[in-house]
Amino acid sequence: MTFAWAIVLLVLLPLAAAALSFAFPRRGGWLAAGAAVGIGVGTAQLIRAVLADGAQIHQVGGWGAPLGIDLRADGLAVWMLLVAGINGAAVALYSSRYFGMERSEEGRHRERYFWPLFLFLWTALNALFLSADIFNLYVTLEMLGFAAVMLAALAGGRDALAAAMRYLLVSLSASLFYLLGVALVYGQCGTVDLRLLAAQAPAQPAPWVALALMTGGLATKTALLPMHFWLPPAHASAPAPVSALLSALVVKGSFYILLRLWFEAFQVRMTPAVAQALGALGAAAILWGSISALRQARLKLLIAHSTVAQIGYLFLLFPRAASPKAGFLGWSGGLILLGAHACAKTAMFLTAGNILHAVGHDRIKDLEGVTRGLPVSMFAFGLSALSLVGLPPSGGFAGKWLLLSAGVAQGQWWWIAMVLFGSLLAAAYVVRVLTHAFTSGSKPAILNPIPPVMEWTALVLAIVAAGFGLAAFWPAELLRAGAPQAMPFLAGGAAP
Amino acid sequence: MPDADYRLYLMASAAIFTIGFYSMLTQAHLLRRIMAFNVMGCGVFLLFITLAARAPGPVPDPVPHAMVLTGIVVSVCATGLALALAGRVQTVTGKTELEPGEDAGGRSGAAHHGSSA
Repeated sequence: MTFAWAIVLLVLLPLAAAALSFAFPRRGGWLAAGAAVGIGVGTAQLIRAVLADGAQIHQVGGWGAPLGIDLRADGLAVWMLLVAGINGAAVALYSSRYFGMERSEEGRHRERYFWPLFLFLWTALNALFLSADIFNLYVTLEMLGFAAVMLAALAGGRDALAAAMRYLLVSLSASLFYLLGVALVYGQCGTVDLRLLAAQAPAQPAPWVALALMTGGLATKTALLPMHFWLPPAHASAPAPVSALLSALVVKGSFYILLRLWFEAFQVRMTPAVAQALGALGAAAILWGSISALRQARLKLLIAHSTVAQIGYLFLLFPRAASPKAGFLGWSGGLILLGAHACAKTAMFLTAGNILHAVGHDRIKDLEGVTRGLPVSMFAFGLSALSLVGLPPSGGFAGKWLLLSAGVAQGQWWWIAMVLFGSLLAAAYVVRVLTHAFTSGSKPAILNPIPPVMEWTALVLAIVAAGFGLAAFWPAELLRAGAPQAMPFLAGGAAP
Repeated sequence: MPDADYRLYLMASAAIFTIGFYSMLTQAHLLRRIMAFNVMGCGVFLLFITLAARAPGPVPDPVPHAMVLTGIVVSVCATGLALALAGRVQTVTGKTELEPGEDAGGRSGAAHHGSSA
């Protein structure tokens, strides 16, 4: 394999940088920058390779499945790597100034631990997206969970610690449910490799109880309603760059495993009832998340509740993509929405961090005139709101449009109404923030100046999210290249 | 392994897992909840070992053994992290439990995130 080095690089480079940044805390920012550049090069190479030759496989230690561990990069994996890479790089750039703003002992303490944990988190994400068996997915999921919990605890206050502790207990229990499912699958099928499972599934399908355990655990980690309760406090009480990582990327890790399970390994088990049930939970999450976002008094909590709603949209992918008719529209629509949400949500949390630091609070009703003090940040917030609501030409629009087209082709009118109603609710909660911010009241005192890098990083991400719809055909092509043969819409031979 | 033994071990691992999960949901003290997590883990590990012993032939299947070893490493790390975090919670809040009100979606929690900036 000529591109094996890129797969290895994507895991080992951030891991090495994490260890080094722990040993040399003063160099954390530079090490992260180096890792970001390396990950960028590796991801670009893998994208080229996947587009040219389909999926790339690296056998760790030359052992190969079923006994050894395979790392595999296909269209879905490199798309996730790309989304994580863009958001990770932006968070690294933002954090290079964010933690430096605080001169106190506590601030230095936070910066010292932020860089290694952030780089471990990136390692775990890359390893997770490249894993090709359900046990390795468990290990990387736990790595991801540990890094995320420690980052959530980084703020160190009473609320942050309680939220992180709750997050850890929920996350550990959910992982054990998943692991129990893995054990049952191994007992029934004798392998944990995704492709081998898919190949033998028609003759020997995995037991329902195993699938239910794994899906329950992963849905909890993804904060799908009704297991979403841990998310808002954990995401809202963390430092801004951490909130961005948790909301934009960490919840997508367990969602990615769900996709691998239901659309690759156990695709024969993907009955319409399962797809509709997951979609219905998603629809409930859209409603609950949006309505509770409307009721929040603080900006960071509003953004965190909006994540619950946006996760709901991701689960609409299941009923749309599970159909052989126009399934690929639903599949690419859901995944484009995932990328757009990641960029928009990172931009929003970074903006919220700027506001919190500049005016000393994030009470929505007291944000009058903040636009005059932080014009670039508020412009970034507006652009990312565009994508959350789903107005053209944003990535949110492209994703929702594809989901809607799939729904129209499948004659599922109820779901279409759901997508549109969710967009209206999203518009309501972002407009609520924007009206307060753009009202020229008494100008709020800007207590602390914000370094330009922190404002412009948020803006660049928001521009990516808002302009992404213009290039939406490219990710669709990427997602088709090297897609696993087991995927139902490929088997059905549907038009792109 | 005879079928009767196999069923016994299966039921035992399911029971251990369920007892652990029940305690995780009902206990308030953080130390008890961390122990509940370890009990749940034991249920899963027992299942893996049972599956290994069921392999045909005189030698047990080594793959579940490798998985259990990995699982134990992960669960030891998790326990260490959870204990450290619980200790920190006790130092800062003076309590060894989480307040139930925070379950309601962050109405009471996360109000004071000004400290994070």
